[in-house]
Order: sequence, then C-alpha cells, then structure tokens
Amino acid sequence: MTRLARHPYTGIPRWVSALAVLAVAVVVLPLVAIVAKVDWENFTTLVTSESALDALGLSLRTSAASTLLCIVLGVPLALVLARSSFPFQRLLRSLVLLPLVLPPVVGGIALLYTFGRQGLLGATLQVLGVQVAFSTTAVILAQTFVALPFLVVSLEGALRIGGHRYEAVAATLGAPPGVVFRRVTLPLILPGLASGAVLSFARSLGEFGATLTFAGSLQGVTRTLPLEIYLQRETDPDAAVALSLVLVAVAVAVVSLAYGPGTAARRGLAQRSTPPLILERSVK
Amino acid sequence: MSFSFHAAVAERGFDVSLELAPGETVAVMGPNGAGKSTLLSTIAGLVRPDTGHAELDGRTLFQVGPGSHHWTPPHRRGTALLAQEPLLFPHLTAAENVAFGPRSAGVPRRQAREQALQWLADVEAEALAGRRPAGLSGGQAQRVAVARALAADPGLLLLDEPMAALDIHSAPLLRRLLKSVLKGRQTIIVTHDVLDALMLADRVAILENGRITEEGPTREVLARPRSPFAAGLAGLNFVTGTLTPAGIRTGTGQDVAAGLDIAGHLEEAGPDGPSGAAGQPGVAVFPPSAVSVFLTDAHGSPRNSFRVEVSDMEPHGDQIRVRGGGLAADITPAAAAELGLVPGVVVHLVVKSAAVAVYEA
Repeated sequence: MTRLARHPYTGIPRWVSALAVLAVAVVVLPLVAIVAKVDWENFTTLVTSESALDALGLSLRTSAASTLLCIVLGVPLALVLARSSFPFQRLLRSLVLLPLVLPPVVGGIALLYTFGRQGLLGATLQVLGVQVAFSTTAVILAQTFVALPFLVVSLEGALRIGGHRYEAVAATLGAPPGVVFRRVTLPLILPGLASGAVLSFARSLGEFGATLTFAGSLQGVTRTLPLEIYLQRETDPDAAVALSLVLVAVAVAVVSLAYGPGTAARRGLAQRSTPPLILERSVK
Repeated sequence: MSFSFHAAVAERGFDVSLELAPGETVAVMGPNGAGKSTLLSTIAGLVRPDTGHAELDGRTLFQVGPGSHHWTPPHRRGTALLAQEPLLFPHLTAAENVAFGPRSAGVPRRQAREQALQWLADVEAEALAGRRPAGLSGGQAQRVAVARALAADPGLLLLDEPMAALDIHSAPLLRRLLKSVLKGRQTIIVTHDVLDALMLADRVAILENGRITEEGPTREVLARPRSPFAAGLAGLNFVTGTLTPAGIRTGTGQDVAAGLDIAGHLEEAGPDGPSGAAGQPGVAVFPPSAVSVFLTDAHGSPRNSFRVEVSDMEPHGDQIRVRGGGLAADITPAAAAELGLVPGVVVHLVVKSAAVAVYEA
C-alpha cells in the first residue's frame, strides 16, 4: 500500500523519460556553464562598475514601467477579446499575439517607422515637441510591444475559464458594470493577472533586438542590461559573464515569484487545473 | 398586475407570455431545452428578445419591437437570479457575498454587514458568515446564495433549479427554508421536481418547445393534467382522444370508459358526465396503481383494456412499474414474476372505468 502510494503507476515509457532528461540538460547545462565561467574573485567589481549599475537600474526601471503599461492596456484588451464578440475578432487576436512570434528586430524597425522622425506619427510628435526614438521612452515602448501579448494571453485564458457567469449574477444583484469590474472581475482574474505581469516583466527585462533597433544604446538612457552584456562581450568577456549571471539570478527570482509555492500565480494554476465551471446545464 | 411578460426569441423558438399577481410564486416546469432558462435570462436582462414587453411593479423592464426600444440593464431590474450552482464569489466570505447586493445599492458597509448577518440567520447559515465559499458544502453554499439573492431585495426573485445540484440530504432543508422566505414574495422558480411546485408555488406553468402549454393552480394541474408532461409530473397515465357519452375514443378507435365517481375529477362535467361536450378533444387519465396486467384479454364490461408490448420495467417503490404503449402499470414483484414479464411480452393493461377520469383537453 505505502509502496504503491510512493510509486504510483505513471505509464511513462523509459525512452520518454530519457528524452525528458535530455530536455532538462538542454536548459540547465548552459546555466551551469555560465556559473562555471564566472570570475568569482572580481565578481563584485565587475557587476558594480558604473556602466553596469546604470544598465541594471535602467533595465529595472523601464521593465517596471512597461509592465505597468502592459497591465493598463492589456487588461481592457483581454476583457474585450474574451467577453465581447465583434467582426474580425479572431483577426484582431492574431494581430495582438503577433509580437510573440515576430523577430524582435523586426518589431524595432516597425516601431522606428511609427514613432521615428520619418515615421507614421513622427511628424505629428515632432510638432508637439516630443522625440520618442532613441530615448528611454523608446525603450519602454519597445518592451511594451514585445511583452503585451504575454499579459493578454494569460489573462484571456483566466477570463475564458471563469466564464462571465459571476458577472451576470453580480449584475442581477444590482451591481452596475463598474462595480462588477472592480469587485468581481478583477479579484477573480488576479492570479492570471499576477502571472501575466510577471511574465511581461521578465520579457521586458530580456528585451534586446527591438530596443537596440528602436532606442539605440546610450549609457544611462537606452542601454539596458542585455545591451550592456552584448557590448561588454566584445571588450571584457568576464564582465559580460558576470552580468549574465545577474540576469539569470533575476530571472530565477521572477520565476519563483510567479510559480513558487503559495504564490498568486500558483494558486491560479491550481484553479485552472480544477474542472472548468459547468457552462451548460447538465442534462438531467 | 405587478409582473407581466411577453417575449419571443426566434432563434430559440421561444414565445412566452407570463403574468404574476403581487406576492405570487409560479413554478415553471418542462422538459430539457423547453426554454426555461431562456425565460429567466430574458427576464433578468441577460438575453435580449427579438420582440416583447415586460413590466415589473410599474417599471418597464424592456419594450422591444418594431419602432420601440427600451432596455433596462440587468443591474437596474431588481430581478435577482439564483442558479443551479450557487456561484458565490470565491474571493469573498459568505457574509461579504450576502452584503454584495446591499453594498451595490449604496448601503454603508457596517449596515450592509448587519443586513447580511440577518439574512444568513434567516437561512440558518449565520455560523458560516466568516467562511469562504471553498469551505462550504453544496447545500451550505446554496443557502448562502439564497440569502445573497434575498438581500438584494429583488422585486422579482428568479430561481433556476436551485435544488438540482444538491444531494438528497441538503435539498429538503433548502426547500423548507425557501418555503418560509418565499412567502409573499414574487418568485418564478424553474424546477424539475413536482414537490417544489407543490410546496413552494401557488401556480404552475408547463413550458414545452418554447411555449406555455398548460397553466393553473398547482393542485388543479396535477389533478387534471392537459399535457402529457403534466400527466407525467402527476404520475398519471394520459390518453388523448375525442369525448364520447361514456368517455373518450382514442385516435386508434379504442373506447375508454370513464367512471363518474372519481373524487372531484368529473364535477365540472356535470350530471351528464363528459357527454355534454361529445366530439370535442378530450383526455383520459388514470394512475398506474389502478392498472392490472393480464396475459390474455379476459375482462368484464366495466373495464378498459389496452393491448401493448412491454417496453421496459423498473422498480418503483416496492412495486414494479411496467411500461408499454405509452402507458404504465404498477404491479407487485411477485405478480411480475408469476406472469413472466420481460420486455417484448405482449400483455393487456386493464383499468376499471371507475379509476378513469375524463375531461375536455
């Protein structure tokens, strides 16, 4: 009995397990390689150089800003996509998800020809005295562009699984739409929102291609940590490795924040694994 | 008239008119897919009808049709909806759930909480006030959901099979509570259970294929069903035909003789029996317990006999219910064994005319 409980039958063939081990190696081995390559003696000096601290600070600030922007724009978008129906909805959803599969450098070029001086909105912005390209704002825009789909996807999933029946009940209890959104919808999607926000933050933190293309690489203004690492790799490989480890550490922290035990996102995952609400009346 | 409703939803083949007197509770019954949930959703404002008009206590809920369009959104209708699942907000405690309606209406927090505790006490759930829905059993959650719906002080309460998802121990308690809290409250209750209609409703409406096919005081509908569905609810055999001086003649030309002495059944037909309306469509009903089963056609003149093939048999209390040809007979297990009854056997279902009630359809 105890033996059975400890080793329940899984039905996984051995070769599948072997491939799974290989998959783990593909992910973990490079991380081990970084750790092995780090110059521990000079580690502190390397990661606390002025340019490194500038880059880290900029990365954290811009990622926080773009995550906020993703939440402010992504929650309404996910709601509209999940709850309402209108012509070309599927097309719109595909378009919104496009940055997920688009090479970031292409996104950067697209942003440049939108907000750049020669761009679609460039002339208008110039009249208003706003210069977007090659500024910190451009970094945030590039990060928002690539990170928004992460938030929308995880949120739309949470919204669809919940259905809109709680909202319908709330309305029949006399709650106007604003109250329903604040007191019912938002609390219900909070786990999905939390994991979506963490994913968006991580994606923003790692953003490279679109940032380089659209914002350039100006220390303290647009040179985020990934850009700094790429630059240092040419001149000071040890610094690049040390900074990479910093990003790995941040990534580990972010993932454990999102999916660690007892977190909101974890609860969200647990909720999702329970059977979805019965949407259709069960046949009696 | 404090609630009047008429609506048609072409897509769902739905066309229903319904009216409620002040304080009246109406049970809506019918087969699956008949439009019961469409009815409640349309009243609550969750579904838009193609045409129709509804008014509650002098306020227009909707007025939809050519040239007129008035639509009151769900939160301004005062029609709280309680579904089969309790749908308590999982992030709020039981008391916060119940206080949701009053809070939405602008009642201050403390006062709303007091009201919530009062309503929880009314459904015998005050001890659950601080619990989250995840920690409640199905019956407890549904009681809290009842309190939540009532706390919103709805002008019309809509109950969509509130007992359907409960186990056999929780349902009677909720039914008893509903009986006390629904007193004098305008309510429409959709149910599959004839007991709900008997205990909770003043009137029953039978909804079939998107139309109300029969409507009346619960006792009357159950005593004199005019639709096969209502007859099924009342547990009666139901035969349609045309009225004759002695009873009815079915479509296949079989005469079904009716007795005149069935308590109450034929009072309206007068001393002449059903003959007063001979030629009109009529129905004959009789309980399965009054039906005997024979293998051969040997019976006296006051009896009606139906030759049928047994289609299925099932336990029914301490009897065996034998079905065939759309009729049912209850016999003892010993009798069933003695007759050697199995599906496929041809038998004669015999019922004394004294047990048959006949009236106009």
